[in-house]
Amino acid sequence: MPTFSHVLQRAYAECPDRVAIHLLQNRQEDAPITYRALLSGGAGYARALQAAGVGAGDVVIVIVQHSAELMVAFWGAVLHGAVPAIMPFLTEKLAPERYRQDLTALIETTRPAAIVTYPEFAGEISGALSALSVQTKRPPLVVSADVSACEPDFDGLGGLERAPDDIVLLQHSSGTTGLQKGVALSHRAVFSQLDHYARAIHLTQDDVVVSWLPLYHDMGLIASFIMPILTRVPLVLLSPFDWVRAPYKLLHAITRYRGTLAWLPNFAYNFCAQKIRDRDLAGIDLSSVRALINCSEPTYWASHQAFLGRYAQYGLRAEALTTCYAMAENVFAVTQAGIDAPVTVDEIDQRGLLIERVARPPTDGVSGMKLLTAGRPLPNVQVRVVEDTASIDGQHHDLPDRAIGEIALRSDCMLTGYYNRPDITSKAFDDGWYLTGDLGYLASGELYVTGRKKDLIIVGGKNVYPQDLERLAGEVPGVHPGRVVAFGVLNADAGTEDVVVVAEVDTTDEIERDAIGDAVRRYVTQSSDVALRVVRIVEPRWLLKTSSGKIAHAANRDKYLAENQTPEVTP
Amino acid sequence: MTTEIRTALAQYIAKEILQQPKRVIAPDAPLISSGLIDSFHLVDLGLFVEDKFGVRIDDAELNKETFDTIEQLTAIIVERQ
Repeated sequence: MPTFSHVLQRAYAECPDRVAIHLLQNRQEDAPITYRALLSGGAGYARALQAAGVGAGDVVIVIVQHSAELMVAFWGAVLHGAVPAIMPFLTEKLAPERYRQDLTALIETTRPAAIVTYPEFAGEISGALSALSVQTKRPPLVVSADVSACEPDFDGLGGLERAPDDIVLLQHSSGTTGLQKGVALSHRAVFSQLDHYARAIHLTQDDVVVSWLPLYHDMGLIASFIMPILTRVPLVLLSPFDWVRAPYKLLHAITRYRGTLAWLPNFAYNFCAQKIRDRDLAGIDLSSVRALINCSEPTYWASHQAFLGRYAQYGLRAEALTTCYAMAENVFAVTQAGIDAPVTVDEIDQRGLLIERVARPPTDGVSGMKLLTAGRPLPNVQVRVVEDTASIDGQHHDLPDRAIGEIALRSDCMLTGYYNRPDITSKAFDDGWYLTGDLGYLASGELYVTGRKKDLIIVGGKNVYPQDLERLAGEVPGVHPGRVVAFGVLNADAGTEDVVVVAEVDTTDEIERDAIGDAVRRYVTQSSDVALRVVRIVEPRWLLKTSSGKIAHAANRDKYLAENQTPEVTP
Repeated sequence: MTTEIRTALAQYIAKEILQQPKRVIAPDAPLISSGLIDSFHLVDLGLFVEDKFGVRIDDAELNKETFDTIEQLTAIIVERQ
């Protein structure tokens, strides 16, 4: 079995002048990046890492803005035989001191040998280093993200010495909690995923992948970066920051490059359907699109309908709307639907789902909920739906078709472990099966994802741990630490969850309460880069706690929804 | 005219973005740098301004350098009307 570096070496030898990435830049010409440019740039980084004394298997954190430099630095770490982990760059909204705390958490867990960043950003890094609670044996070196390219001497590069079971990269989700849970993936696991997933979606070199996703996200990193580059499928990339302000740019990119594949979180379908002006759609042609793959947050039938309603007139075919269920722990995809046959829509009874926990057809005269299948498991992945609490014998027993339980999976492309966290790694598995924390059911061999057992919030495809938001809100003067709850509530219009924070305060003065609410909103947003949609200030003893005194997320969410009389409406 | 624009903007932000219809937003209160309005809602605000006042805010202008308060956004609208 080859490693990443072997595949890159072959590409360098066989097609150095082929464009690997068309990088779209705001108000500038598109920048084509050939395999030669990508790998000679990478070789420059490998040399710099070598000079810095970074060894094979050492972690290298890359903190660079979405740019060619980020991509080159990533492959440079791979070529050197190091283990890259991409951390989001500090945005203008985020408070630098909070960013430093997150970085400290990341460094403490991953113990990197080097951090690649801009010279002018080195101050932030040293701030984070000085806050390390445990003095690491050797603090990471800061390597400047501005190195010159050089001809790669593959035989001299550490990357070719790596074994298939060595770790090739780390993926993190956001926030203090997510940054302490680095998903460590081996060369073998990634290749197995790419091999099976590429076949499942019939990927060929005639495809063109278009993406606006950030590279610190599994869907951006694996499906929309590593896979096309290693399989020599042309890739068109735009910046997430440009896309969010001008979503039409994705459609223009598809039109210009005859894009065939794009992975999008569900909210992007609503966003593109609602927030683009007709005049920005002049000349758009989506007839080249083979599959838009809805993935990384709950998928909604209504989102697909809204998107199709707007874009069928621009050549979008209904069959191009597909779905996928994926997670970083499985490298990426677990299932895929809509490639060989249209996405199945299962109409089920809402009461059956919520109360009886069975997905059955709606009773006569009652309209059901339309659920999109997530599809069939990849051939190398086994999926079970099991009791979400262990039985008296300690086992999670299988449930029959259409019964709702926890989704468990086993595959040959699972994570090696959460990096340096054997404690949480062992907890995540039950007898070799990875318990996803997601709820769903199986019907005729297809998987349907209906909700989550864990308290995780997924907003715009980004995983957010409520505990991080609650800790932050508890730091705001006037709010009692430990008397805050954060949860997600579906916003059907946006096609994703809104983040709600409910905080107990003592004061009954309306003006003071508003001021505290504002402070919570400002502080949490600046500290976590998660925008709060609703901040609700309540009186003491509003919050429900478990018998052990912990905040009960689901119960408080239900109480909030009941009080606001906005029951969750599933489209 | 300026007052009407300010009022309309403040009402829109309070009701549609913050979901606090009774909320009063001062004309000089920072909106973007304070985290009150995130990137997604900036796009909404841009669309609202265009529909309501016929003034286009370019996507490259949806940032705190162009405007961060109702006062500043009102000035842009008045200037372009």
